[in-house]
Amino acid sequence: MAEKPTDPDAAAASQEEIDAEIAQIHRDYESRKATDGEETSARLNFPPYRSSLLRHPTKSLHHADPEEIELHSPAFGHQDVSPLEADLTIQHHGEPIGERIVVTGRVLDGDGRPVANQLIEMWQANAAGRYMHKRDQHPAPLDPNFTGVGRALTGPNGEYTFTTIKPAPYPWKNHHNAWRSAHLHFSMFGTDFTQRIVTQMYFPGDPIFDLDPIYQSITDPKARDRLVAEYDHSVSQHEWNTGYRWDIVLSGSNRTWSEQEEH
Amino acid sequence: MARTPGDLTPIPAQTVGPFFGFALPYEGGPDLVDRSHPQAVRLHGTVYDGEGAPVPDALIEIWQPDGEGRIPAEPGSLHRDGHTFTGWGRAAVDAVGHYSFTTVEPGPTAAGAAPFILVTVFARGLMDRLFTRAYLPEHTDALAADPLLASVPEDRRHTLIAARDDDGGLRFDIRFQGQDETVFLSYPNTPQVTGPVD
Ligand SMILES: [Fe+2]
Repeated sequence: MAEKPTDPDAAAASQEEIDAEIAQIHRDYESRKATDGEETSARLNFPPYRSSLLRHPTKSLHHADPEEIELHSPAFGHQDVSPLEADLTIQHHGEPIGERIVVTGRVLDGDGRPVANQLIEMWQANAAGRYMHKRDQHPAPLDPNFTGVGRALTGPNGEYTFTTIKPAPYPWKNHHNAWRSAHLHFSMFGTDFTQRIVTQMYFPGDPIFDLDPIYQSITDPKARDRLVAEYDHSVSQHEWNTGYRWDIVLSGSNRTWSEQEEH
Repeated sequence: MARTPGDLTPIPAQTVGPFFGFALPYEGGPDLVDRSHPQAVRLHGTVYDGEGAPVPDALIEIWQPDGEGRIPAEPGSLHRDGHTFTGWGRAAVDAVGHYSFTTVEPGPTAAGAAPFILVTVFARGLMDRLFTRAYLPEHTDALAADPLLASVPEDRRHTLIAARDDDGGLRFDIRFQGQDETVFLSYPNTPQVTGPVD
């Protein structure tokens, strides 16, 4: 196999070449799924995402039996997070430009238990697809009334709600004319540190899904769907916002596993 | 289409991407204790890619017991009060891939257990976070008896043990690939998908 370029800014391949690489990996996965099992997360080694080439482990992850510290998570409280931080549209003097949306849902663990009073962080590009970040230099406007960072503590039933602006797709340099599907970055903690996850939430029907190697690094279509919010008209509010619902399921607690082992 | 009702399969991970720097790091994140704390110790290191180049856009989190091996349960990691040890910290690497925390050395959580700091790695190009452990180097008997270390091939074991600096600090470098590729961990109930491996 030819060496792939590893310069993340080389933008050497065409979209068609990236599409073909993705399709080949997905075909191989589908043909082996029955024997190798279903993949529920994204692949660390996914060559169409060029930045992963030098940044994925080349050896299998090493099995660890979780110890005490891994079976606990840090605690966060109201001294850490103000309720106002869940509204990304009120952080400046003026109103941000764009489609006002509410994203709401629940955080559950893999056994269906709500993850209560836990930190959930969210960050994003603005309505023009530009991040308030010095490394984002693509020629789209910054919005002086939008930073794009939110935080919340989950409620007693694991519920969370962010009010924000719908982000636009944005270009990147993975390959020539590469665009990211519109997304919100999310960061969650569970009750065990082993449940820690950072991911991205997507919007239904995004036309860029098939072209986006980050989204397609999740080889299984059912798993990809789990990152897509649904439009929920009951979350939309009269003359104010459109609404999306996205329920977040973390992995199962390893405490359960330990108890099962002991008994 | 979203999740089907009743489906409790965990969500997939996605990379933190290049633009987390304005969102995730925060003032005081790397300082679990003040530098003036009598037991303060520096835990630091560099993150390297498969060509040995430093990774300038990685984010490291640590989570650990206190000096007596107690697991902290107090909130306050995001707005530190200068007194409470919360056990958790977050540090972005600098332009040369270097991270640095100020903390205390963890105590053993059980008699005879080898103390370690749980280290979590995020980066652009890294599709899912990686877990590893930074064990303290001096606890030789406990290290020799540690079940995880015993299960790791001897030539890779050193990647899990922090090195002691001359000034007393702990150095823990992280390598995604290469001869000294860090041993990254998986847990029974935590799905991770590597893709093809050697
Ligand atoms: Fe992004």
